[in-house]
Amino acid sequence: MKKIRKTSYKNFLIYGFVILAYAVLRLLDGTVGISASLKGQLVPICAYVVMAVSLNLTVGVLGELSLGHAGFMSVGAFTGVVACMSLEAIIPLVPLRMAVSMIIGALCAGAAGVLVGIPVLRLRGDYLAIVTLAFGEIIKNIINCLYVGTDARGLHVSFLTNSDALNLGENGRVIIDGPMGISGITKVSDFTTGVVLILVTLFIVLNLVNSRSGRAIMALRDNRIAAESVGIPVTKYKLMAFVVSAALAGAAGTLYAMNYSTIVASKFNFNTSILILVFVVLGGLGNIWGSIIAAAVLTIIPELLRQFNDYRMLVYAVVLILVMLATNNPALRNLLRRVVGRVSPSKIAKEEPSDGQI
Amino acid sequence: MARYKRPEINLVPVPSPNIIPERDVGKFPVLEARNLGIDFGGLTAVDEFNMAIGCTEIAGLIGPNGAGKTTVFNLITKVYQPTRGTILLNGRDTLNMNTVQVSKAGIARTFQNIRLFSNLSVEDNVKLGMHNHIKYGMWSGILRLPGYWKGEKFAHELAMELLSIFDMQDLADHQAGSLPYGAQRRLEIVRALATGPSLLLLDEPAAGMNPSETDELMENIVKVRDTFQIAIMLIEHDMNLVMGICEGICVLNFGKIIAKGTPSQIQNNPEVIEAYLGKKKET
Repeated sequence: MKKIRKTSYKNFLIYGFVILAYAVLRLLDGTVGISASLKGQLVPICAYVVMAVSLNLTVGVLGELSLGHAGFMSVGAFTGVVACMSLEAIIPLVPLRMAVSMIIGALCAGAAGVLVGIPVLRLRGDYLAIVTLAFGEIIKNIINCLYVGTDARGLHVSFLTNSDALNLGENGRVIIDGPMGISGITKVSDFTTGVVLILVTLFIVLNLVNSRSGRAIMALRDNRIAAESVGIPVTKYKLMAFVVSAALAGAAGTLYAMNYSTIVASKFNFNTSILILVFVVLGGLGNIWGSIIAAAVLTIIPELLRQFNDYRMLVYAVVLILVMLATNNPALRNLLRRVVGRVSPSKIAKEEPSDGQI
Repeated sequence: MARYKRPEINLVPVPSPNIIPERDVGKFPVLEARNLGIDFGGLTAVDEFNMAIGCTEIAGLIGPNGAGKTTVFNLITKVYQPTRGTILLNGRDTLNMNTVQVSKAGIARTFQNIRLFSNLSVEDNVKLGMHNHIKYGMWSGILRLPGYWKGEKFAHELAMELLSIFDMQDLADHQAGSLPYGAQRRLEIVRALATGPSLLLLDEPAAGMNPSETDELMENIVKVRDTFQIAIMLIEHDMNLVMGICEGICVLNFGKIIAKGTPSQIQNNPEVIEAYLGKKKET
C-alpha cells in the first residue's frame, strides 16, 4: 500500500495548498485589505480553476482535444441560475440553495455531456475537436433563443418566440429572456463557495485518476489498441471522462453565473473555451498543479496589466508566449526536476519511517 | 545451445485436419480455427487457415516475412473480422465478438512493436491487465469506499506476484516507457498474463534480444505454461527458440499453411526449406 499512501500524500499537498491560499487571502482581506479588482476576481478565479482542472481530465488524462468546454459551463450556468431562482421560496438557506443549484447545473451539464459524447467520442483527434467546437456554438445559439419563466404554476419554457409566449400568470417572472440572458440575479456566490467547489473538484478528479477507472482512461490515452487488447471498453471510459469533466464544468458555470447580476449566453463563447484550454496547456497536460496555478495567474494578469491600457492584451499575449517558451526550455525543466526531485524523496522518507532500516 | 531439450511428444489427429499434443486430447482445444481467411480488397492475406492448439500446448507460427503471421493474430483477437471461417475459443464460437469480448473470453496478446502504457508505472500497466478482475466502479473509486481499498490491495498483491515471476518486482514504480527494451518486452507478457488468459499470443517475443536474454525468455515461457497451465502460441523468427520450446509448429507462406508438425518434422520438410531458402538448383 506504499504507492497509495504516496499518491494520497501528494493529493493532500494540493488540498493543503488550496486551503492555505484561501486562508492567506481571507487573512489579508481582514487585516491589510486587498484591492477591489482582485476581490472581484476571486470567484471567477475559482470558477476558472474548476474549469481548468475539469478540462484537464479530458485533454490531459483522456488525451482528447475538446474546444467546447465553455458550452458545458454555459449549460451549468443557465440551469443552475434557473434552479436557484425557482428554489428561492422552497430553500431559504443560501448555501444549501447554492449547493443544490450547483448539483442541478452539474447534472444538466453531465446530461449534455452524455448527449454530445455518445456520437462524438467515436471520433478521434482533430475531428473530435471540431465537433466539440460546434457543440459550444450550438449551445450558445440554443440558449439565445430560449425563454424560461416561473409563476405559481411552475416553470414555463418557450423556444424561438419571445417572453410573452410564456403565458405567465400573476406574479410570474421571466428568468431567461432569450438573447438578453438572465438579469437580476441575486449574487450568492462567494469566495468560500468557490474554494469548496475547487476542493470537491480536486477530490473527484484526483481520486478518479488514481482509481481503476482513471487507470483505464489513461491507458486509452497512452495506447488505445493495447487497452482494447487487455479488455478495456474504449467508449465507456472515454464517455466517463468526458461526462465527469462536463459535469464539473457545469458546477463551475453555476458558481460563475451566480457572481454576476446579469449573464448572457455569448459570454460562454469560443474564446472562453480557448482561454480554458490555454490554462490547461500552459499548466501542463495532465498536471493538476499546473492547471490551478495557470488558471489563477492568467486570470489575475490582465487585471494587473490595466496600466498598459490599450496594449493590455498585447502584453498578455507576449507574457503567454514567454511562459510557454520558458516552461518548454529543457535546461529549465531539468533544473526544476532536479530541485523537485531532491525535495520530494526525503519528504516521503520522513512520511514512512517504517521503510528505513529494520 | 538450447537448454530445453524436451522429450519429443506425439501429435495426434483430432476430428479435423488439425493436430494437438496427445496429453491434451479429450479436452477442448483452447483454440480451433477452421478455414479462416481474410481479404483486403482483392488481396487474400490469409486463406484456408486450419489450426488447433491444445490447452497446454506451446505452439509456434513461423514463416517468411509477409506470410501473414501477425494477420492471423489480428484475426484471432478480432482486430480484423475474418472474411471467412470460424474461430472456436474453448469450443465457443467467437463470431461477432470484438477485441474486448475476446479478451474477456480468455485471449491475451503481446505486440510485435511494443505497445505499453508508457506514461504509466510498471505496476499500473500490470493492474490494467487485470482491469476486468478488479471489481469496483467509478463511485467506489472517487469516494474511496471499502471496495476500492479491497480491490486495490488485491490488485497490488497480484501485480507484485506476477512481476516477481519475471524478476521485475523492483521495477514496479518505474515508468514503463523508461525501461530497457528487454524489460519492456517482459512487462508486456506480464500484462497479458494479468488478464488471466487461457491462450497467450506472443508476437515475436525475442525480437531484439541477445542470446542470453533469449535463453532466459525460453525458460520463462515454459515456466509460465507450467505455472498457469495455459496454452501459448508464438510467432518468432529465432529458430533456436521455436525449435527449443514449441511442441507443434505451423508454417505459413503467402497466407497459406504449408506444413504442420513437430519441430523435427518441420526441420526436415522440403517445402519449408524451400520457402525459407529457395529451390535447390537443378544440377
